[in-house]
Amino acid sequence: MASATVLAPNAASPATLPAGVNAAAPMPDVLPPVKARKGLVGFIRRNPTMAVGAFILGVMVFIAIFAPFLGTVDPTALAPAKRTREPSAEFWFGSDMLGRDVYSRVMYGARVSLIVGFSVAALASLAGLTIGLISGYIRLADSIIMRIMDGLMSIPPILLAIALMALTRGSVRNVIIAITIAEVPRVSRLVRGVVLSLREQPYVEAAIAAGTRTPTIIIRHILPNTLAPLTVQATFICAAAMITESILSFIGAGTPPIIPSWGNIMAEGRALWQVKPYIVFFPAIFLSITVLSINLLGDGLRDALDPRMAKRL
Amino acid sequence: MNEMSQIKPPGGAATPVLQVTDLKKHFPIHGGFFGGTTGHVYAVDGVSFDIMKGETLALVGESGCGKSTVGKAILRLFPITGGQVVLDGTRIDDMGAGTLRPMRRRMQVVFQDPFSSLNPRMRVRDILAEPIRNFGLARNARDLEERVALLMDKVRLPRDAVGRWPHEFSGGQRQRIGIARALAADPDLIICDEAVSALDVSVKAQIVNLLQDLQQELGLALLFISHDLAIVEHMTHRVAVMYLGKIVEVAPKRELFAAPKHPYTEALLSAVPQPTPGVQRERIILKGDVPSPINPPKGCRFHTRCPYAFDRCRQEEPPLRPVEAGHLAACHLHDRPEAENPLAGAKGARLLAV
Repeated sequence: MASATVLAPNAASPATLPAGVNAAAPMPDVLPPVKARKGLVGFIRRNPTMAVGAFILGVMVFIAIFAPFLGTVDPTALAPAKRTREPSAEFWFGSDMLGRDVYSRVMYGARVSLIVGFSVAALASLAGLTIGLISGYIRLADSIIMRIMDGLMSIPPILLAIALMALTRGSVRNVIIAITIAEVPRVSRLVRGVVLSLREQPYVEAAIAAGTRTPTIIIRHILPNTLAPLTVQATFICAAAMITESILSFIGAGTPPIIPSWGNIMAEGRALWQVKPYIVFFPAIFLSITVLSINLLGDGLRDALDPRMAKRL
Repeated sequence: MNEMSQIKPPGGAATPVLQVTDLKKHFPIHGGFFGGTTGHVYAVDGVSFDIMKGETLALVGESGCGKSTVGKAILRLFPITGGQVVLDGTRIDDMGAGTLRPMRRRMQVVFQDPFSSLNPRMRVRDILAEPIRNFGLARNARDLEERVALLMDKVRLPRDAVGRWPHEFSGGQRQRIGIARALAADPDLIICDEAVSALDVSVKAQIVNLLQDLQQELGLALLFISHDLAIVEHMTHRVAVMYLGKIVEVAPKRELFAAPKHPYTEALLSAVPQPTPGVQRERIILKGDVPSPINPPKGCRFHTRCPYAFDRCRQEEPPLRPVEAGHLAACHLHDRPEAENPLAGAKGARLLAV
């Protein structure tokens, strides 16, 4: 606010000074104003990890949406005469033991992984946010909910998901529900912790004193300040859910074999791993790169949303 | 800070804005698997005082003596354990949340930390508009904007800063926004919970002067919670001294600073740094630490550290009672003959007579 007045003495005429006092020579600005680069280039420069993560994830989303137009054939079409071919012009990533095109299967498989990852991240965040807000605000509910969450957290999430899948039929929807249930405790613990610290903030107490109703306080003062840590957590859940989905499919407890998913392709290629490694190799590479890109994005988001580093909220 | 003479004693008829009677707040200590109660922190244990219209009452005491808890209990930021709080003639401590809400307009709060007292995700305009909207004080959007602009004028901030975020302001400016938010509700009483303690000296002086100006302008009553005796001496009319959840002495500022009637006040005053170099005076160094508020001592709560304690102090808790006109103290010494009372008359003043 005072930047104009700080510069003013340089501009004052030396004639106003008393005799015998020499005005200092005007100094060039020691620090030229730093212009933050705007636009895409500036963003990439400031957040290189986030940009790389977002780019790779964008490519994966593109693949999932436009899988039919990327030179693929029907991923379930059998060709018994052309089983287990090496990668070639006809089969870019080779063919599996039923003669299906691995390239097409990997491209279509991105759909399952991304749908599961994004759905679980969204559902677990939403459920965790609701549960966390309730237990952060209602003391009685807190002790009950948190004991249940402690119980759920004592079971490894993959084991819990396997157990839940054993109760139902294998379908993408059931996989999403099972992984969501396994991930919710971590999110609700995070949200509850943030809520408990936020509700003691003086600005929340001032809002109570200013007559703001509790629902409004939660929506206006608590919720916006939980979103940053929650968004970061959601990216890590997304990555973890993709891995869990692959594990479930790999052990045959996840997506039904009729739908190609990266976990399924790997599971089917497992028997031939030593002689035809490319069947497992390509879906594994895609899974790793996607998970890495989401983790990079999450790391970048955590830095960008950290209020201590906030350039502009 | 030599405008002490400018402070006028509370004028007009003495109508109390706030009457607090035997206020108690005991925090349960939770433990065990299902969070059962294993004990209590007796943070505030029977506190009574009045604040008149346009008056500043200071609540002083060391860290952890319960002075902030008194402020929050009056604001009903949590339910109180016992006692009465009467605001403008209406008892508010047992009101339901719905009936209390319109009453909240009359008492507002300014907090210590200017950085955590403003929501980082709200612009100044929205921060100031919140109480105005809640209490329905503006007729329409233009009236609201006008009120927000007037509030910025009152706290000497530029009107065009309303579109900014809190992090774009300095600590002192943020504290002004906090004061503007308190004024937005058009209150009769503002509770200043260490409102200037986190600011550096020059900014502190500005905020203190602003509060005094606003008090004169708007006839506000202030409950000034502080541990800074220099500021308290500068800006308040009456002072209440707290120790371990109880008020031990209440007196008009001059009387209290000139002749304290409680040994704790005496020790507290002897700890105020002297601005004159080379001046020696008696320091009273209290022995030991403040006892735990979970298990306060029997009898007088100060007897474990009091240099004058005698048998009765260990048995019987002294009530807060008038010692001189308008000067209340909770000490058994004043029942003793004057020769045996180290705080009789103006004896306590020897510390300050330099």
